[in-house]
Amino acid sequence: MSQAKRSIETRDVTLVEAVNMALHRAMADDANVVVLGEDIATNGGVFRATVGLKEAFGFKRVMDTPLAENLIAGTAIGMATQGLRPVAEFQFMGFIYAGMEQIVSHAARMRNRTRGRLHCPLVFRAPFGGGIHAPEHHSESTEALFAHIPGLRVVIPSSPQRAYGLLLAAIRNPDPVVFLEPKRIYRAVTQSVEDNGEALPLDTCFTLREGDDVTLITWGACVQETLQAADKLAEQGVSCEVIDVATVSPLDRETLLCSVAKTGRAVIVHEACRNGGVGAEVAASIAEGAFLDLQAPVVRVTGYDTIMPYYRNEQYYLPQVEDIVKAVEQVIAL
Amino acid sequence: MRQIHEFHVDSTRYLDDHGKPLGALPPQAGNTDRVLAAYRNMVLARTFDSKAIALQRTGKCGTYPSVLGHEVVGTAIGQGMAKSDVFVPYYRDQAAHLLRGVSLTELLLYWGGDERGSAWRKCPEDLPISVPIATQCCHAVGVAAAMKIRDENRAVVCCIGDGGTSKGDFLESINLAGAWHLPVVFVVINNQWAISTPRSLQSGAETIAQKAISAGLPGHIVDGNDYFATVEALDAALGRAHGGKGATVIEAVTYRLGDHTTADDATRYRTAEDLKRAWEKDGIKRLQNWLHDNGHWSPDKEKSLQAECKQTVERAVEEYLAMEAEPPTAMLDYLFETLPAALHPQREQIASKYRGGDV
Repeated sequence: MSQAKRSIETRDVTLVEAVNMALHRAMADDANVVVLGEDIATNGGVFRATVGLKEAFGFKRVMDTPLAENLIAGTAIGMATQGLRPVAEFQFMGFIYAGMEQIVSHAARMRNRTRGRLHCPLVFRAPFGGGIHAPEHHSESTEALFAHIPGLRVVIPSSPQRAYGLLLAAIRNPDPVVFLEPKRIYRAVTQSVEDNGEALPLDTCFTLREGDDVTLITWGACVQETLQAADKLAEQGVSCEVIDVATVSPLDRETLLCSVAKTGRAVIVHEACRNGGVGAEVAASIAEGAFLDLQAPVVRVTGYDTIMPYYRNEQYYLPQVEDIVKAVEQVIAL
Repeated sequence: MRQIHEFHVDSTRYLDDHGKPLGALPPQAGNTDRVLAAYRNMVLARTFDSKAIALQRTGKCGTYPSVLGHEVVGTAIGQGMAKSDVFVPYYRDQAAHLLRGVSLTELLLYWGGDERGSAWRKCPEDLPISVPIATQCCHAVGVAAAMKIRDENRAVVCCIGDGGTSKGDFLESINLAGAWHLPVVFVVINNQWAISTPRSLQSGAETIAQKAISAGLPGHIVDGNDYFATVEALDAALGRAHGGKGATVIEAVTYRLGDHTTADDATRYRTAEDLKRAWEKDGIKRLQNWLHDNGHWSPDKEKSLQAECKQTVERAVEEYLAMEAEPPTAMLDYLFETLPAALHPQREQIASKYRGGDV
């Protein structure tokens, strides 16, 4: 199998370029890593996340599949049971549901039901979330569906550096990972990323900013608005701790509880609708583990419990900086 | 008008219902040791089956799907495959599992509610029993793709029922097998019934085998109660797969002689006359007759084989019943390679709730 030596370079890259960089690195490091999906080889993916992989590693390891998401998921599972490390791309999260049975009934269960005889070291990648004026079915955030499934990890990067390190970690992880890429910030920010092959830890939150008055808990694209809100609140003299959850399942409750024990207040921000969202699990965990530390009820700033509107109205659905500022003012007042 | 493509579907049968040759037999009939081994495996599978049903009826086993009517095709699969090939089963493939190296005890553990029943020690690469219908077809093409990516001369056999061929998983998988030229054999075991739904309601297509044509694959029908027809088809399809010539679909036509599972009552939807006619085509009796007619079998040999199979099954049942359940903490111990910290409190909760066992 083809393998290319890869030098360590540092480049200013966008989030989607960081995904591409991590895929190149993972494939160069391990001949078992293969990539499959719709339009990913010759076209380099509709968002160009897989661009250049076919040229570097060949058709055998970079495979355009027929247009069948259920098949993509199941084929990746079969490959993984043979010790390959497939990274399967779903073109948009809105199309991952056809693969749901494979992900839930097989990928998540294979190790457990064979008592470790077979396992699924694979990654299901999908761009998710709104904010890019995309057509219907292209803008949802349904990470909670996967977070509810035992046996799956659900990982969401929030920056180019995080995308590089977390995707490498996901690919090297011996168990299935659903890796959801916030496409609203695919090209919104540029960061310097060193292509050094170093993974970031999974199952752990990242504290992006330390503060004393309130803990802002978020992930994915909403990290941007949350940090902006924290800046504004700092001008008002409110000190916000900002936590990027990153692995939304299994949840790093310890970091969250330690922070809330310090600040006594928590505001959860996510783009997905509220009912049964990951924010509900975070809020319940805080209620169970830090109730006596709380000086105010936990508040959620989320999408609404309705169908994601088409793009003319999507800004009214997505949490805005002002919504987060208002929620913090509300809990600080208590 | 120009004709682009026309197709035909072959159907093969060598023995009549009584085991009399309808004409010249394939070379496989000349390998007496292999034919006798096949017959023994069929009898063992059937002996096991009646015991498993009896265990379920007496509360010692969970819901169980009978293998009755599937012994011939399962045996042909097991015999056709090389050890290094990978079997991707559905849930009525007991006869094939036995030849792959799955123990009777493991089969009992699986249907007896114990995950260790899929920790197959002697065929570690075979996929576990697949309960969600047809989903295993996608795994089969994934395994075959891995073999092809690594330039290995190995192949995959994937089983599915007639009902399963109505699902996208089957159609998507044969489609990929054609597009990617994969070393895989799909064996559709058409036993006429998907629980209570007859074959005629699954598809308007005259045969299931012809679905292969839509994927660019050859599709053959064999009499699934005719050992010679079935094993010849398996040998040929696996030969194609090993020879880099791609995938095949085999439709093995048989009849589900038992209920769907022990939880089903087939008298609600099919007649006693239908079942009686199907028993007259039973593949085990047919092969026994052929062996007898050709001087390879006798009532004494049959008697001692029956006794031997019974004893083998009894030993497995004893072993199965003597095995303690796993400690309840096992429900978390195989979820991930390493249990995430987030789940440690739940494991401790289970351990304290069931303290006393080795948890």
